[in-house]
Amino acid sequence: MPITVERPKLTLLEKFYFPAIIKGLRITIGHAIRILRRKKKVTMQYPEEKWDDNMPEYYRGAPALVTDEHGRERCVSCQLCEFICPPRAITIIPEEIPSDDKWSKVEKRPKEFEIDMIRCIYCGMCEEVCPEQAIYLRKDYAITGHNREEMVHDKEKLYEIGGVREGLVNKWNKLK
Amino acid sequence: MSAAKTQTEDLVNVQVDGHWIQVKKGTRMIEACKQASAEVPHYCYHPKLTSPGNCRMCLVEMGMPPRPAPGQEAELDNDGHAEISWMPRPVIACANTVAEGMGIRTQSTLAKECREGVMEFLLINHPLDCPICDQAGECTLQEYSVEHGKGESRFLEDKVKKPKNVDIGPRIRLDDERCVLCSRCVRFTREIVDDDVLGFVDRGSHNVLTVHPDKPLANNYSLNTVDICPVGALTSNDFRFKMRVWFMRETKSICNGCARGCNILISSRENKIYRQTPRENNEVNSSWMCDSGRLDYHFLDSSARLTDPMIKKGKSHETVDWPQAVRRVAEGLIKYKGDEVAIIVSARMTNEELYLVRVLADTLETKNVDALKCHGEGDDYLSHKDKRPNTNGAKVILKLRSPGSKIKSIKRGIESGSIKALLVYGENIASKGFGDDVLSKLKFLVTSHILANPTAKLSSIVLPGSGYAEKRGSMINATGRLQLLNKAIEPPGNSRDDWEILQDINRAIDGKDFTYELADLFSEMASVVPALKGLHLSGVGENGVQVIETGETIPLLEREAQRVKQGLIVG
Repeated sequence: MPITVERPKLTLLEKFYFPAIIKGLRITIGHAIRILRRKKKVTMQYPEEKWDDNMPEYYRGAPALVTDEHGRERCVSCQLCEFICPPRAITIIPEEIPSDDKWSKVEKRPKEFEIDMIRCIYCGMCEEVCPEQAIYLRKDYAITGHNREEMVHDKEKLYEIGGVREGLVNKWNKLK
Repeated sequence: MSAAKTQTEDLVNVQVDGHWIQVKKGTRMIEACKQASAEVPHYCYHPKLTSPGNCRMCLVEMGMPPRPAPGQEAELDNDGHAEISWMPRPVIACANTVAEGMGIRTQSTLAKECREGVMEFLLINHPLDCPICDQAGECTLQEYSVEHGKGESRFLEDKVKKPKNVDIGPRIRLDDERCVLCSRCVRFTREIVDDDVLGFVDRGSHNVLTVHPDKPLANNYSLNTVDICPVGALTSNDFRFKMRVWFMRETKSICNGCARGCNILISSRENKIYRQTPRENNEVNSSWMCDSGRLDYHFLDSSARLTDPMIKKGKSHETVDWPQAVRRVAEGLIKYKGDEVAIIVSARMTNEELYLVRVLADTLETKNVDALKCHGEGDDYLSHKDKRPNTNGAKVILKLRSPGSKIKSIKRGIESGSIKALLVYGENIASKGFGDDVLSKLKFLVTSHILANPTAKLSSIVLPGSGYAEKRGSMINATGRLQLLNKAIEPPGNSRDDWEILQDINRAIDGKDFTYELADLFSEMASVVPALKGLHLSGVGENGVQVIETGETIPLLEREAQRVKQGLIVG
């Protein structure tokens, strides 16, 4: 069924549109004069100046791996992020944690974990799907490199970006 | 439904979820439900094993028509069925058989509540380690907990800790916390392979699966327990933590380990094989296969794989392109006439390849064609003593009465100098009695193999072929069944499908028209070989067709048939 939207009833002043144009021009000219008199600045001198401090909480930057407060790598290499990743940027090779390791009861960890930052679209699906809260989108946005190999973040780089995150689910640290 | 009244000797009328169907007398209730497309969830029931009924997951509501009082006729409804009076308690569908007029409800409140209750008990002590568990994705506990579980835990007490990562055999690891105590593995080792080493110890919540302290689970069929384990309690050391199951593509093929030709599924991802599992075929391997066949795929990924055709220059080999290699083979062969050329084939080759060898031998007019015989140890279950998968194919297509009988005369021919050129397909004959001294007498030696080997080293020309998982084709197993190989992965580098190489050589010599499809080649072969008469590649199907009678029986299947007869298993 079509929805009928009523047109608003305009007053005589609104129908005669010059006042609105003059109102708009006043705002534009006002800004122009303020900038010309150097009362207001709109350009940021990147990269000397950055607005990192003003970044919102929900900003989605480079995905990275995190460790928990005991220094344990949270990722157990379930490969769900590899599965969900729309541009297939993630490649994981799992391995078994040796029995003499402190965290041998976790049994599995990534041997290699690579994110191809040329492919990554910063969608955040990996973070959403992770059952271990091990991958997070951080606020890093300036991902650069001289060649394609440099643009692939390996495990070491991912933990460097990710750092430690505390106070998350800790099922492996309990009895079970 | 007037059909309901026509009750014959071996059919009974059963009502499943309100619909009347006819099933064979003696059918288990769970199978009757399956025939009526009503899935009954289960863990311990397996059609090839006895049914102890210990998981209680298959509880359904059951009813029977009431027995009429003496002299009274049973009241029938409009369809001619007696009204069912439902029992107040549920019954297990796996171990009970159907009866005339029986009613089964799989979706009633009682049945649903039973399932929910059983699921809740099973999950009480189950760890939350699906992210690391290899079974995740093909785990019935996972599936049923989504379908029938509560979704949250009401369990406040401390969970029972059980042994994890237990080494119970050379190829298997056990995680007792994940075990749902269905006893499928225990029954498999006891009933199918007579190696009764598994069992349950301790009682109540602490009940665990364990292995005999002095006898590990080391029999050659142990990995089947991993397949039948409904959860991730038993995992294969070979596949453990290698790849998640949802990434893998499954290709229906047959095992090439011996002449049995067990039907398998090859699981691969991005051109790499990760595991092989048996595929049910009740004429060949039932639902099982041996460990040695199952794990015999790593050579396809070996660093010794030949990836380019090579021609010997001086003492070393030089890589060349295919047209050049094929031309050199053809030029080399036509120099010699008739019986100066010998061809040794492998019974690892497909029928199509063997047929092209036959065509080549006819063109060259040589009678020195034979397949290498390779016998090892067989057993009383599935493994066959003939370690080549297509010996019967070689017999049928190359018209060899007993493969291997001409090898000695070929060797003598080379030694005496009457045989000057030799083609070797898929075998390393240097390790089979043809030493350097024999092979160096040849003027022209061509080898086609997938791995670098001493024979290839001595060869004038080396042609890299493809392994069993890298090509299509057909083979005839020990019991005379024609079965299909399917392509799971691509051959590495410039190596090619063997039938294409062989066809190129044939055409370079005889100049006839090319065949572009394997199916056409099969039809051409079927028109020449009497045993395959009237067959087409598309008509072979995934379970194969019987083409010749060899008189051989499969010991494991014989015993299974016996147990079906006794009513112990469904089969």
